[in-house]
This record gives sequence, structure tokens and C-alpha cells, in this order.
Amino acid sequence: MEKQKHRIGSKIIMGITALFFYLPILYIIVFSFNDSRSLTRFSGFSLRWYEKMFSDSSMMEAVFYTIVIAVLATIISTIVGTLAAIGLSRSRRILRSAVEQVNNLPIMNPEIVTAIGMLMFFSALGVSKGFLTLLLAHIMFCTPYVILSVSPKLRSLDPNLADAALDLGATPAQALTKVIVPQIMPGIVSGALIAFTMSFDDFIISYFVTGNGVNNISILVYTMSKRVNPSINALSTLVIALITVVLIIVNVIPIIREKTKRREQV
Amino acid sequence: MRQFRSMVYPYVIWITIMIVVPMLMILLYAFTTAGNEVTTIRFTLDNFIRFFNDAVFLDVLKRSLVIAVATTVLCVLLGYPIAYVIASGPEKSKMFWILMITLPTWINMLVRTYAWVGILQDDGLLNRLLGLFGLGPFPMMYTTFAVVLGMVYNFIPFMILQIHASLAKMDKSLLEAASDLGANRIQCFLRVTLPLSLPGVLSGITLVFLPAVSSFFIPKLLGGGQYVLIGNVIETQFMTSGDWNFGSAISLIMAVIIMISMYLTRKVDTDPAANGRSE
Repeated sequence: MEKQKHRIGSKIIMGITALFFYLPILYIIVFSFNDSRSLTRFSGFSLRWYEKMFSDSSMMEAVFYTIVIAVLATIISTIVGTLAAIGLSRSRRILRSAVEQVNNLPIMNPEIVTAIGMLMFFSALGVSKGFLTLLLAHIMFCTPYVILSVSPKLRSLDPNLADAALDLGATPAQALTKVIVPQIMPGIVSGALIAFTMSFDDFIISYFVTGNGVNNISILVYTMSKRVNPSINALSTLVIALITVVLIIVNVIPIIREKTKRREQV
Repeated sequence: MRQFRSMVYPYVIWITIMIVVPMLMILLYAFTTAGNEVTTIRFTLDNFIRFFNDAVFLDVLKRSLVIAVATTVLCVLLGYPIAYVIASGPEKSKMFWILMITLPTWINMLVRTYAWVGILQDDGLLNRLLGLFGLGPFPMMYTTFAVVLGMVYNFIPFMILQIHASLAKMDKSLLEAASDLGANRIQCFLRVTLPLSLPGVLSGITLVFLPAVSSFFIPKLLGGGQYVLIGNVIETQFMTSGDWNFGSAISLIMAVIIMISMYLTRKVDTDPAANGRSE
């Protein structure tokens, strides 16, 4: 009897939790289809805010920049981070711990501190704020996460494997791409995923280092939210849909690959 | 073994330029007067004196700390039962709920914060729900309630995941041993489960307190333009007033406060008396 009560209690707690986490997300999706401007009364289904969003050049530009920056920052930071992590795993301990300390700075620091550092750095160099500064800053804060997710895989890797490949006549590049990288692939993939979502969702650092009309989605939501503008709901729904698709792809691809591998074995 | 070692050197140069130099620039700006020609550098403590002599700024600092502490406390009080229920469920539902808690953190924080604007309006969903019980309407937007709610909503997943991780690691046979030795359920919880999950709570506290104390878009979106926290002051210094020296000094003050509070939480973690491992 008491156990049953306990179970009902847990169900209530988890029900409220689910509601708390997902109601706002659902709310924004529902109201992106609202017929009127209101954020509180749903007066009928319409796609007018989507039409408005797709015809709004500043919104479409922001979507474009967000995706381009996220893709470029992911590719570059994944390559840079993976190479650095491999080099790091074979470096002397002093260098390794020094790099790890510095690497942790953008992760542990409040984002706004990293952001103003970047802002002052770029302006001291005389680089005009825009696409380039945005991309460089994104590579800067994404790479530490790639290193963090690749390094544990390297630690569990047998260091003799690469040496064996080299002894058997592989060039260092071959040992790297044919032996080391395949072994640490899961770490690289999860690092790339973290890098992509970090870049795609970033607001604070982007807000401080960008300029000259180059905005991403977060900055646009921030500047537009000062007035009631239901197109923000449409844009938000687009963001939610995009991230959900990315997460589904990333989670489904390994399952499909596993299945085909098993089929090949049969 | 030495192969590939050189691959780290480009990255060492990169982080020196992109991470170390900007941090040093904040230090330099915080301790110098305006005007950034290298030849006329003048060191000063004026920026810090100005901050600590101004009642307005001290008020903002105090409010930021109060809000961050309130957010952290609420995250512990609400997050602990949730993590506990998840951890005590069967394996399959555990996986499901961890996914449910993690998923929203992948969605843009700004979008998730903006989502509350409609819910918290005077004629919004929450007030209409309360209206069904004959309550309200309460003004919610642009209040401390809205700001704290927004922060809890954004940061509580970190707390739940940390507490859950430490609860999941716990050896269940310890509980059986405790109840065999005559402890009742409350004693089991207070003397076994709670002390063992404390490291998770403490790392959750750091993960919530840090973004809460430095947040500036949550107060702006849900608290309105009049609602100023320390993050907003820094934003203003850099984006509108253009006083970078003062802004750097404020962010340095904030960073020091965060470091002190992290040091204190870590001290609780390693202090055996506070950790229930005194024997």
C-alpha cells in the first residue's frame, strides 16, 4: 500500500517536471501558428508569421549566418581539437596540464567575461567586427569542448597501436587516419555535436563580437523581443525543429550503421 | 611515443593568442585609466574605487547575488526530488527521463527564455490557470519572480543531472545494510543517501550559480529594461557607455566573487565533517 502511494507520488513529480520543461516549448510552437498578434489568446490557425519570417530578409540572413558559422566552426574546431588532443596525449606532463588549464578557461569563466575579452582583443587588433570575428570567436569556444570529449578516448587507447603501425611501414599520416582516428571516432563525433549546438545556440559571445549587420538567430531574438513580434515564435519554432532534426540524425545514424554492420556479418 | 607530439604546438599558439591575451587585456583595462595608447598607460585603482563607492552599483551587486543564491537554492530544493525519483526508477525509465531533462538544454536558451513571455502575461496561461481557482490575476512579467523562474528553468537541468549522476553511482546495498541494522526510511535517507549525493549537489551548485550570477539576457527579457543585474551593467559599459576600463573592473569583481564561492563549495566538499564521512 505504501509502495503504491510512493509510486503515485513519483508519477506526480515527474508529470509536473515534464510539464515545466516542455510546456513553454510547446507554447511557443502553438503560438507560432496563431492568427493574431496576441501572445496569450489563440484566435485561429494561420501561417502568416511564417510567411512574414521567410520574407523578412534580416531574419533569413540571421538563419543563414547561424548555420554557416555553426557548420564552419564545427568542422574547424573538430579538426583542430582532435589534432591538438592527439598531440596533447603525447606531450610532457607540464605542457599538458598547462594547456588543459587554459583550455578550461572559456568553459569555466562566465561567458560574458570571455565575450568582453574577445571584444577588446579584436578591437585592439583593429579587426572590424563581423563575420570573421564571429567565426574566430566560435572556433575559440568550441575547440575546448572537442578536446574534452576526445581526450578520454585517447587515454583508453593503447599507445603501442600507432607505434606498431609505424613499425610496419605506415607513414605518420597513415597511422593517424587509419589507426588512431577510427579508434577515437565516437569521441570526435560527440565533440562535433557539442561544438555544433554550442555554436548554433550561442548568444552572449556572438552578441559582443559581431557587428556590421552580421547577426545570428539569438541576437535577432534578443533585439526583436523588445516589441511584440510573433515572427519570433516562428523563428523559434524553426530553431527547435532544426536542433531536433540534428539530434535525431546523430542518434539514429549509429543505430542504422550498427544494423547494416550486423547484416553484413550475417 | 614522440610521434604526433608536435601537433599540439599550433594549438598552444592559438590558445595563447585567443584565450590568454584577451584575459590579460581585461586585467590591463581594469587597472588602467581610459585611453588605450600603449605609450600613455597609467595604472590606477579608480575603477574599483568608483564601483565600491557608488550605492547604485553596490545595490545591483547585492541584488545579483541574492537572485543567484535564490535560484541556486530553488534548483537544489526542486532538483533533488526529481533526481531522486529518476534514480530510484527502473533502468528503462531512467534513460527516458535523463533524455527528457537533457533535451531542452540543447535548445537555444534565449528562445526558451522568450517562451515564458507569453505564459507570464497578465492575461497569460499561468494567470488564466490561477483564475480557474478564483485567484489573481497577479502581475508576473517584469518582476523578480519572472527573473528567478527564468533562471531556474534554464539552469535546473544541470543540477538534476549532477545529483542524478552521484545518486546512480551509489551502492544500493548500503541502504539494505542500513535498514537491516534498524534504520527507518528517513534515517536511511538522511544518513546514507544524502551524504553520498552531496558531491553531486555541490557540483550542481557551481553549475547553476555561475551562469545565474553573470546572466544578463534573462533579467532583460523577463525583468524588463529597468531590471538591472551585474551582467546588465557590464553589457551597458561595453555596448552603450563605452567605458571599457570600468566594465573590465566590474567583470573582474564578478569573476573574483565567483572564484571565492567556488572555493567555498569545494571546501565543503573536501571537509570530511560536512560530508558525513567523519568516521
